[in-house]
This record gives sequence, structure tokens and C-alpha cells, in this order.
Amino acid sequence: MRFGVVVFPGSNCDHDAWYAVRANLGNAAEFLWHNDPTVGQVDAVILPGGFSYGDYLRCGAIAKFSPIMAAVKRFAREGGLVLGICNGFQILVECGLLPGALIRNRSLRFICREVKLETVTTISPFSQSSEKGRILRIPIAHGEGCYYADERTLDELEAEDRVVFRYVDNPNGSLRDIAGILNRERNVMGMMPHPERASDPLMGSIDGLAVFQSMAAALAVNQPATACHDHPHS
Amino acid sequence: MTTLTPEIIAAHQLTEQEYERIVTLLGREPTYTELGIFSVMWSEHCSYKSSRLHLKKLPTESRLVVQGPGENAGIIDIGNGHAIAFKIESHNHPSFIEPFQGAATGVGGILRDIFTMGARPIAVMDSLRFGPLDDPQVGARNRRILSGVVAGIAHYGNCFGVPTVGGECVFDPSYNGNPLVNVFALGIFRKDEIFYARARGVGNPVIYVGAKTGRDGIHGASMASAEFTEESKQKRPNVQVGDPFMEKLLLEACLEAMRTGAVVGIQDMGAAGLTCSTCEMGSRGGTGIEIELARVPQRETGMTPYETMLSESQERMLLVVEQGREEEVFQVFRRWGLDAVTIGVVTGDGLLRVRENEVAVAEIPNRALADEAPIYDRPHTAPRRTAPMEGPRFSSRNLTNDLKTLLAAGDLCSKRWIFEQYDYMVRTNTTQGPGGDAAVVRIKETGTSIAMALDGNGRYCCLSPREGARLAVAECCRNLSTVGALPVAATNCLNFGNPERPEIMAQLVEAIEGMAEACSFFDTPITGGNVSLYNETLGEAVYPTPVVGIVGLMKTAQPVTIDFKLYGRPIVLLGGLGRCDAARFGSTQYAKVILKRLWGLPPALDLDYEKRVQTAARDIVSAGLAGAAHDVSDGGLAVALAECCFGASGVGAAVDLDSDLPPEILLFHEGPSRILIATAQPEQVARIARKYRVQAPVIGATMRGSLRIRRKGVVLVDCDVKSLRAIWEGALEKALEG
Repeated sequence: MRFGVVVFPGSNCDHDAWYAVRANLGNAAEFLWHNDPTVGQVDAVILPGGFSYGDYLRCGAIAKFSPIMAAVKRFAREGGLVLGICNGFQILVECGLLPGALIRNRSLRFICREVKLETVTTISPFSQSSEKGRILRIPIAHGEGCYYADERTLDELEAEDRVVFRYVDNPNGSLRDIAGILNRERNVMGMMPHPERASDPLMGSIDGLAVFQSMAAALAVNQPATACHDHPHS
Repeated sequence: MTTLTPEIIAAHQLTEQEYERIVTLLGREPTYTELGIFSVMWSEHCSYKSSRLHLKKLPTESRLVVQGPGENAGIIDIGNGHAIAFKIESHNHPSFIEPFQGAATGVGGILRDIFTMGARPIAVMDSLRFGPLDDPQVGARNRRILSGVVAGIAHYGNCFGVPTVGGECVFDPSYNGNPLVNVFALGIFRKDEIFYARARGVGNPVIYVGAKTGRDGIHGASMASAEFTEESKQKRPNVQVGDPFMEKLLLEACLEAMRTGAVVGIQDMGAAGLTCSTCEMGSRGGTGIEIELARVPQRETGMTPYETMLSESQERMLLVVEQGREEEVFQVFRRWGLDAVTIGVVTGDGLLRVRENEVAVAEIPNRALADEAPIYDRPHTAPRRTAPMEGPRFSSRNLTNDLKTLLAAGDLCSKRWIFEQYDYMVRTNTTQGPGGDAAVVRIKETGTSIAMALDGNGRYCCLSPREGARLAVAECCRNLSTVGALPVAATNCLNFGNPERPEIMAQLVEAIEGMAEACSFFDTPITGGNVSLYNETLGEAVYPTPVVGIVGLMKTAQPVTIDFKLYGRPIVLLGGLGRCDAARFGSTQYAKVILKRLWGLPPALDLDYEKRVQTAARDIVSAGLAGAAHDVSDGGLAVALAECCFGASGVGAAVDLDSDLPPEILLFHEGPSRILIATAQPEQVARIARKYRVQAPVIGATMRGSLRIRRKGVVLVDCDVKSLRAIWEGALEKALEG
């Protein structure tokens, strides 16, 4: 199976996500360009962290108009797995694939640190390799990561078991300690913490690998091995 | 045409003699535009006219040095076909005038210096100095400057996608009117991918890339070459505005353009903008450059040639491309949505020829600008010194309270409030981030790691610039050795006052000589750097503050960190308890924070012993014998021990020191050549220490939950780690947010 990592102008965790999938997970991965009209032959899409188009407007507000995002939306509608990390999460809420919004951290400052996340549900292709209640050590690095939504949406997210990760010590003021959520169809997840930064023992934690391993496992079940077109990648 | 009156010439900070030299070099009077061009190229900032003579004393070569001073950054060979480029630069003046943009563009400038050589930036560090946050007169301003500078660095580095992996932050009234913001950057490339800022090949097109040119930053270089006065605040428009997103695009596009093979030479437009990049590229390439200003992309209308040539608008690059292959390069820039325009051509006549709508507005030999700037042997006497040699009598009432006070002091407290605003992990290479003795990034391409550290000590240098500079180099190397890295090369940023004052010039000369001696001794040549003079406000100079950045090579592995992890582990003080007399105690943090005085001399340094301690430390660390390691520096042994207790595990320590030194001196003196090591195998550590004839007493062991320090059985300090840690961690935020 192949992972596609979208490169927007200003993406800066694109290579890290690619490296985590390729080197740490040992899977095929390729880059998708923001101007491409299609996601090509990939089986999962990752929207990486960074500052797409500079994020001088609201984070992700411009990225949602890029040609690749129209393709990503189609891909998601057809059931493809889409993971948005940090800026990728912001883009997913901006383009309506996920509910709510991400606003400035309560401290009004950028925060970079390792945080503890509780795995709230394992009924998802992004967390099935974790265990319910398992605590993951994964870093955050964002200025606008405070998850915000109206009460009804928050209730709905919880009632439908769509909160995947919660902060153990809420670093940014996110409502109900939400760190990562699913869409209703459970094939799109956005999370502010960076699993790709916790995928290599040298980086101090490999808890983030659970996210990529879950995706790989979910794809392996959905696709018989013969349908898996894995080309060598330079 | 503007007549060049003596007032106009003086306003360009050119002396009468310098003006005459210009007339001689040109064989005629310069035009107004030419005067502007000379004024920036001959400014202290660009020409190093006061320091050049003395900078020659620095060692610049070793078997690893690929490129020494004179290019955009120094380069060293790290093996496996790869090299690193690195440099430190100051942005002091702009950061005082406009902290956020001043610091942000400081980061932008040094990043361009790195990637203009073809290297991808992989780490940034900052050395910052501010006035005290609780200063009764200007505390509020100091707090605003600190917050602005940190936010500016974060804004630029985070968006660009380079990790800010470490640095230092010091507070002293000497920086009240003139903060120091020094930024270090390091990048990696293959050895066969190095690009130089040279214009070669007559007829090759000169291409302008990146942001459009505006009126911002005009005279930035000459602003950085004058003292601050009350009017300086009106110079705010001289500070440029940074756009890290544009810089990120430039990075990707330039590296991609370089891979086409069509790029002959490339230089960023930093200080003195278009002027500096054109004449320096021509001068280095032994060629001339002719440009047409009407083709320069402009953000404002009606800009004069003078303004266009002197603008310091950010995020611009100048490329020389092989004739006929322009389209390959344009294609890359189009893909990244960037403006790229041919604005001129390389010529064979050695002249910088500037035209506007085909009318010549300047015609100057490149060499006159870049290499014929005046060099001054400015008079220097004895270094300025205001501190007495003898200090007060003192005797502590409560050493535990003294330790708490020190841990809450600005220089020693946790800098978490600062470094958590920096993305120090992006690129997933940071194996040791901020808060360690040195930062460490692994190199995915080679399977090795690079360690780096910044050190400066204005307080020591104020007492003895020569000894202070040697100590800075020694400490920086010690920081690297403590994490297991071999120091191999250095870059420096020399922050001083007005060199036209002989007692300030003397500080500069002595500091350079001290640094030269230590860098030669440790075989860490200076491969480049920056001199920042005129750091004065209303005649009050900052402490002489040479800052050194040193890089070290090591194998990739889990780094040894400062914090004690397990209890019951013996603690070795490699190097021993050290010595210190009353005069040498006057430079310590204890003298500064507790006694509120400064006197005497910096700690005594024995270079040979220092080197042996460091070699032993590297052997111990690379043999896997150190569970924790931390160098003893500011605040002395007691502060270093406390810092070792501030890890996640909350492990403390109990030590008993066999010494006759007075308790205050024993606990808090800052004698160098000492490293704390927690180890499960003290005998093996001792064996290595013996090999290098280095003392290595076992002073105690780690224990659960508290820090207890005795001298010959008598308790000096006893406190639970939790409360010490709370003081240390909360102090900066408390000082900033009241």
C-alpha cells in the first residue's frame, strides 16, 4: 500500500511524515503536490504540519482552495483514509471534512513540548493498534491548537465515539481536552499532536507509530495483497 | 543632481578622509547613489574596518575546514561525503528598535547565509542578552523586548521549519539600553553540492529572485554601525519586515534550482541588499556586474536608484546562471510561485555598473567597494575596567536559601518559557534539544550526529576580556565534550561598544587574542562570524561580549542527558572540586545575585587541564559509562547538582565534599574544568580519569527526592527537589508575567 503526503507551499513536516512512513514504518510513501488535481494511486493521504501558504490568514483557510484538496475531499468521500496532523487538522476543519475549529492556544503562545495523550477509542483505522485507555507520549508544536466547537457538536462527537485522543494535561485549552477527532464515517482523522515525531526510538518515543501502524493494518484488511500496488520509490 | 555637501557626507557616516579615498579610487566625485553605495559597503557592519586587522589573528584552518571566513558561512567536512555550513550573526540594533521584526529578520538573514551555499538549514540557536526584567526603571521595556524577540525568533524559525535547538539567555543592566540578539544556524549538504557567491563567466545573466524591493531597511547596515541616541527610536522604519513563508519557498526553490546544474553562483541580499550582493559576487569572481534597475521587481513606485540599491528588503537572492539555461531555472521558481527576473549580466571589466532606464547611475570598481575599504588600526589602551579588584567580606546566613535565590535568578532559572515557543523538533533530528549542555541533531544522511553549543560571558570579559574569551571557548568545548562530542570548528559573534574609544578597542583586541589562543589550543578554528560594534546607548557600552558557537562530531546514539535517572548511583566530579580565591569569586553568579557586586577576575583556567578533563569526559561518555553528565559553570557546583535533579524522575543527590574552602566558595565558585557524572561503574570512570591525570573524586550518590550537600559531614544545603524545582521552573514566567 502507498501513503501520499501532500506538500503545500509552507508545509514543513511533509518530509518528517514521509520519513516516519518510509523509514520507521517501512511502508511506501510519496509526495503529492498542492497543484495536482488528483491524489493518484495512493491508498491513504496525510496532510502534514507546517504553515500552508504562510498561514497569514486563518490557519488552513487558503489551503482548502488548493486543487489537491478537492481531490482529497473526493478521496475521503470514497472512503479513503485521510490523516491531518497539526496544520493538516486545521485544513480538515477549514474545508469541512471535520467539525469545529482550532483557535489560538489559551496562553496565546506557540507551544512545543511532549504531551501525554489518552487513547479514547480504538474503533478507528487510526487507533486500532493502540489500546483503549493507553497513554501515548507524542509532541505538540502549534500556536493555534485549541479545539473549539459548540456544545452540540462536542456532545455528538462523544456520543458517536469520535474523539480518538484526549490530552491528559490539557496544554492549549482545547474543549473537553480533545486532541484528535474522526469524521462520522471514521475514515478521516485530524490531530494536533505530531505522531511522526514519535516514531523513532532516537526521538525519545515511538508511541506515534501506533497511528501509522493502525492505518497500515486497516488498509491491509481492506485490500487483498494482490491489489496492493507497491512501486519502488526513489 | 544632488551636491554632496560635508553634511550629506557626514550623514552617511563617512569621514573626510574616507570621502577623499573614494574620490581617489573613482578618479572623480561620486554621485549621490554612489555615495550611498560606498557608505554601506564601507560601514563597520559590512567592511569590518575596525576589527579586520585583529581578526587575522584567529586560527581559521584545520584538516576539516572546507571553507573559512570570507564566504556566506564556514564549511567543514563531517565525513561520508557530507559537509556542514554554519555561522552566527548579530541583529542587536534592529532588535532593540523593533524586537519582533528585528529578531525575526535576524533568523531570516542567517538562514539565507546557509542555504545560499546549497546547504539545507537543520538547526538554529540563539544567544540573547537583555536588561533585567525587574529593573526599577526599564524593567517593563526589558520584558517587552524579551517577549518580542522570542516571539520573533519563534515566528520565523517555526514557520520556516527549522528547529531552534538551544542557546543561552543572560540578563544584566549592561544590556538595558542595548540588548544582544545573536543567531546561529547550521545546514547540511553533500560535499559536491557546495555553491559559492561568485559571479563567473562573462555574458552570464544575473537573476533576481524572491520578494520585491521596497523602501524598508534602507541604511540598516550603517544604522548597525552607530551608537544609539534618543533619536534611534525614529529609525524604526530602517528595520525590515520578515516573511518566513517567502523564505521557505526561496529555500526549496533555490535548492531545486541548484540541482539543475545551471546555477554558477548565488548570494542572498542581506545587509546592504542589492549593492552588497552585486559587488561582492563580482569581486570574488574577479568579474564585473552590470544591472538595470528598471528590471528590479519593486513593491513601491517612484523608488530612486539610491533607494533601490540600498534597500534591505528581506527574502531576496541574486543568482548568476549559465547563459542559455535561464529557462531551466525560471521553471523551478515558477513552480514555487516566485518572481525571477534577469536584471543584468556578468561583465569582464570588474565594474559594478548600475543603470536606470539605460542611464548609468553608478559605476564603481567592485574591488573598491568590497576589498578596498579602509582598514583601521585604532588606538587601544588598557581595557575599560570599572570593577574593583577586591570585594566585600561576606558570610552566608543560610546556604539553602542562597541556592534557592540563585535558582530563581534570570541567568540560571529554567528557560522553558522561552524554548517552548520554539519548534525544536521539526525535521525529527533533535536528539538533545534546549536545556542540555549542548544541542544534538542526528544526520539522517550519514548516520552520525552533530552537537553544537553557544557560550559567552560578558561578566567575565568585563573583568578580563582575554581570560573571559578563553573561558567562553573552553566552556563551549566542555559543553560539547559533556554530551560526548569532539569539538571541531567554531564561529564567533563579537559584541562590543564603540571601537573609536581606545579602552573599548582594547577590549576587542584582547578578547580576539584570548579567543585565538583558546581556539588554537582546542583545534577549533573560527570559520566565520560577525562583529557587532557600537553597542552603546548614550555613551554607555555593553559588557564586552564575545559569543562563540562551536560544533562537534559524534556517533549517533541516545544522548547522555543532564538529569539523574536512578537512585543509588555514585556521582563523580570529574576534574575535582577546583580552586578559587576571593578575587576570582567576584565574577560568579553568587557575587552578582547574592552579593550584588562584581569584582576581581574571572575564574582561573588551565587550558591543558581543561583539555584533559574534556578528553576524559568524551571517553567516559562514549564508553557508555555515564548515566547523566553535566558541566559545572554558572552558579557553581551547587547549582549544577540541583540542575541534575530536575529531570522527570525527581531523583536527588547526597554529596559530602572533602574540602577546606569556605562553604560559599566551595558551593558556588565557577572554576572551569569540572563535569558531574552519575555512573554505575565508578571504578572504570576513575581508570579513564587516571589515564588523563585528571581528578575524579566520588562525591556522593543519587538519592530519592532531596538534595543534600555536606562539607566534611556538616550539612550545608538540604532541601527537597520538588520545591527547588518549582522555584527554578517558575522564575522566568513569574518575572515576565508578574
